[in-house]
Amino acid sequence: MIIDNFKHQQSAHCESGVTLSLLNHYGLPALTEPLVFGIGAGLFFGHLPFVKVNGVPGTTFRIWPGYIFKRVCSELGVKMQVQSFSRPEKGMAALDEALQRQQPVGMQSSVYFLNYFPPAWRFHFNAHNLIAYGKDGNEYLISDPVMESITRIPSDELQKARFAKGFPAPNGKMYFPVQTGKGHSIETAIQNGMKKTCFFMLKSPPPFFGHHGIRFLGKKVAAYPQKLEPRKAALFLGNIIRMQEEIGTGGGGFRFLYAAFLQEAATILNRPDLQELSQEMTVIGDTWRNFAYAAARVMKDRTGNLSTYQELGGMLGNLADLEKDFFTRLKKTL
Amino acid sequence: MEKDQVPQDKKIIHGEDNSLVKVLYVTDKNGKYGTTQYTGWEAENLALSQAWDDIDEKIEITRQRVLKGELSPIAYYMEKSLMDLPTLAKYVGLWKFRVKRHLRPSIFKKLSDNIIQRYAGVFNISPDDLKHSRIVP
Repeated sequence: MIIDNFKHQQSAHCESGVTLSLLNHYGLPALTEPLVFGIGAGLFFGHLPFVKVNGVPGTTFRIWPGYIFKRVCSELGVKMQVQSFSRPEKGMAALDEALQRQQPVGMQSSVYFLNYFPPAWRFHFNAHNLIAYGKDGNEYLISDPVMESITRIPSDELQKARFAKGFPAPNGKMYFPVQTGKGHSIETAIQNGMKKTCFFMLKSPPPFFGHHGIRFLGKKVAAYPQKLEPRKAALFLGNIIRMQEEIGTGGGGFRFLYAAFLQEAATILNRPDLQELSQEMTVIGDTWRNFAYAAARVMKDRTGNLSTYQELGGMLGNLADLEKDFFTRLKKTL
Repeated sequence: MEKDQVPQDKKIIHGEDNSLVKVLYVTDKNGKYGTTQYTGWEAENLALSQAWDDIDEKIEITRQRVLKGELSPIAYYMEKSLMDLPTLAKYVGLWKFRVKRHLRPSIFKKLSDNIIQRYAGVFNISPDDLKHSRIVP
């Protein structure tokens, strides 16, 4: 079976994209990816030197997985059915049932088993989201929001991806809306989303999160040449760049996506001042891009030159100032 | 970033094109936001290819150590599957300390066919290859 009226749309970010496509399909057509991201309070910053993935400290430019989805649903009064399974057979059967009822289903899965990704992208990243919108014989029809077009995967491979092990284990998690709310205003949702992001960026506990986190990372980076061998320092830098640019962020560590959100919010709320703030956020995004560019050059050089790392640290310090100032002013307007 | 400044740098890794056409949020001449597609950017491509260089080197070092008899082939296939010890332990459904022991060649030799089969299943190789320590690329 195929759900004919399901529309695939390519998005920058998988979680916002899946949320968007599902809500669009289930009767909320006015949403866009930036709105989902903004209402879901997706923008964030965190640097956790002790949480290491393959020996490299973790940096994030977004809120934890699942939060955007949850928040957008509760703000817009959408009831989602979320299920996970201990046995793969049950999980696949539940998926088939939902598709039989003509319901597109969002699923958490591991990128490692998705063969439509180019080989170099297939890491054990278990918090990827995609949608199944039909089944043809032994193949599932898949709409993966970060891909340009729809695709198909065999049943056993989808099962492996849904029941990947490791952290975080998806346990076959699947979700679809069962009821879309009425009487929830998008204006309030936008306001609340902005408030929440201001709170996250300004009031998160130092030193690891929010604007504190950016400054903290800056200090760490400046000290890399003294603490790490050049190779390792380059690898750590590379990971920051990847988190910022490569992993479906829409550029500049989600900052451009947020700027697009502010611009749409300006029109919906009829507030020209948000338009100006959007432009400022674009500048902040550009500054992040400059940082990534400079970091890539340092990384390529691999000499572990102290002054170049200190410059990068300084750039991050500046970004911390910019974002602190930005969100302080945004908060005052709300 | 403005639309006409968007880079279109191909991601070449392991000598092959690994580009993924992605969505980027950009402004037009009047500062209005929209999306555009792009194949990649030099900075992020470099970061990814560096990460792979590191992985490839780790695999090669482990391969050499397996050939010298310092580690069991499980160590090689673990690196090859981009796993670390906790992840592999979850996949085979064994305690971490047991998997760690299985990395020692002397203990690996004594493993039952059942356990070998479980590892082979996770690594997607034939149990026979694993049992006889064949290194399949």
